[in-house]
Amino acid sequence: MAELEPVIGLEVHAQLLTKSKMFCGCRAEYLGLPPNSNTCPTCLGLPGALPVINRAAVEMTIRTALALACRIPEFSKFDRKNYFYPDLPKGYQISQFDLPLSLAGQLEFEVDGQRRACGITRVHLEEDAGTLHHAGEIHTSNFSLVDLNRAGVPLMEVVGEPDLRSPREAPQYLRALRQLLIYLGVNDGNMEQGSLRCDANVSLRPRGQREMGVKVEVKNMNSFRSLEAALTYEVGRQTDLIQRGMTIVQETRGWSELEQATVSQRGKEEAQDYRYFPEPDLPPLKVGRELVEQLKAGLPEPPMRLRDRLLDQYEISAEQVLVLTERPQDAAYFEAVVAAGAPPRAAANWQAGPLQALCKAARVEVERCSISAGELADLVRMVEAGEVSGSTARELLAEAFESGASPAALVTERGLAQVSDAAQMDAWVDDALRQLPKAAADFQAGAERALGPLVGAIRKASGNRANPDLAARLLRERLARPGE
Amino acid sequence: MDLAQVEHLSRLARLGLSPEELQTLLGQLTAIVAAVDKLQEADVSSVDPTAQVGGLYDVMRADEVAPSLEAEQALANAPRKEAGLLRVPAIQ
Ligand SMILES: [Zn+2]
Repeated sequence: MAELEPVIGLEVHAQLLTKSKMFCGCRAEYLGLPPNSNTCPTCLGLPGALPVINRAAVEMTIRTALALACRIPEFSKFDRKNYFYPDLPKGYQISQFDLPLSLAGQLEFEVDGQRRACGITRVHLEEDAGTLHHAGEIHTSNFSLVDLNRAGVPLMEVVGEPDLRSPREAPQYLRALRQLLIYLGVNDGNMEQGSLRCDANVSLRPRGQREMGVKVEVKNMNSFRSLEAALTYEVGRQTDLIQRGMTIVQETRGWSELEQATVSQRGKEEAQDYRYFPEPDLPPLKVGRELVEQLKAGLPEPPMRLRDRLLDQYEISAEQVLVLTERPQDAAYFEAVVAAGAPPRAAANWQAGPLQALCKAARVEVERCSISAGELADLVRMVEAGEVSGSTARELLAEAFESGASPAALVTERGLAQVSDAAQMDAWVDDALRQLPKAAADFQAGAERALGPLVGAIRKASGNRANPDLAARLLRERLARPGE
Repeated sequence: MDLAQVEHLSRLARLGLSPEELQTLLGQLTAIVAAVDKLQEADVSSVDPTAQVGGLYDVMRADEVAPSLEAEQALANAPRKEAGLLRVPAIQ
């Protein structure tokens, strides 16, 4: 039998970071609110209430589509997708069927350092449903509890082409998409809380065959890890069935974290007939070309291009670039530090190292922390010029991070500037040689590591202010071995 | 229309219909679909697909928060509730 090839496509749902819901003025931020306190006649689906389209949600969707190189048709409309579920108060979801806001784009992502592209079928706009709470075990309880705070939150769906060829590619695709959404400021990327959700279509076919095998939809994967685990399991399950000569059933399966397996959801959600029809309460959209151009002009530098540019422009490593482009604000901070006069490599080390550790511990973003880019640049320059030791600088950075002071000002204020003064250094060298005559003799006899304790003694005597490089050099001169 | 289609539709609509009701609806729906089928005879080759005839486009609102209902108001007509939530039969 020919080798089997997995064919995978992802459907990603992203809650948009608008202030209000998709079709009404209730808050789009619903977490932490008392149940059913964020609803109105429109999102409750009460008779007579009319939806009105949130302009910001439409613009965010178009911006995302443009960043994915999609085409924006001039005409778009909303449709009703009809099905009954207790979290869907109207009995239908307002979505987009045949005339979505955008079509035919692509997403670039990286797998093992290789760039790949995956087609994007469409990016469209719809509304989220409410949430169900189950009393006790979901299978045994005979009732559910409904909270409609989330009902009507703007939900953007990014439908990917079935271009992925292994479960390993899926989390990488999703990481790239998530980062792009964060760059665009349209989604917070929180998979755990469900503001970013991912479903997958999985089928197998003999390598080289064009037509697709029977497609299984896999749901319930709320982390990169579970996405890859679920797809690996599902590809294994289908491979096994085909090799045993059995047929794959077209169905929806849910990933069970507990069982580490996909489980058929057929019983619960039979194949559905959504009976889409145009939403009569919402006039269609004519998407003006000026608006599209204006939104295109306002797009941020996409993460992939930003990484290429930083790598090109500054002498920093690929690993550093990856850390510094986690969020666009990280990269902007870095470039501000460099612009303020810090050498790029040292700036990257200090930002990605000590400063990021402080920010993480304090749960604050670097652009909001008390150390401005200019202040970090001053400190980095002082370290690089040998005016202050690295360890002192680190301590002062931590202190200034807490107090809001300028770390460079603390150096001057406390007299912590590194001493390179010749007379003072000579005096410390004399003291060290007097204190440790054995180390001095050992070094002269050829033991290189005997220099360490001598430098240590100078550091101690100077209260950590002696320039260690200069101390080592002076010691070497003083203890010049014959013939050197 | 056949009986299987009517049964499928009644399932999608979550209507529990008796065999007699299904038979009645089969007759009625067949007549309705036949009437609608007459539309297929119209020549629409020169007509653009139309979703709405109101003539309105781009009716949108600014992204502004407006007051929501109080939870008690939202649940006022709910037949069953529990701890501020709507209580409904579980999906089997
Ligand atoms: Zn509302």
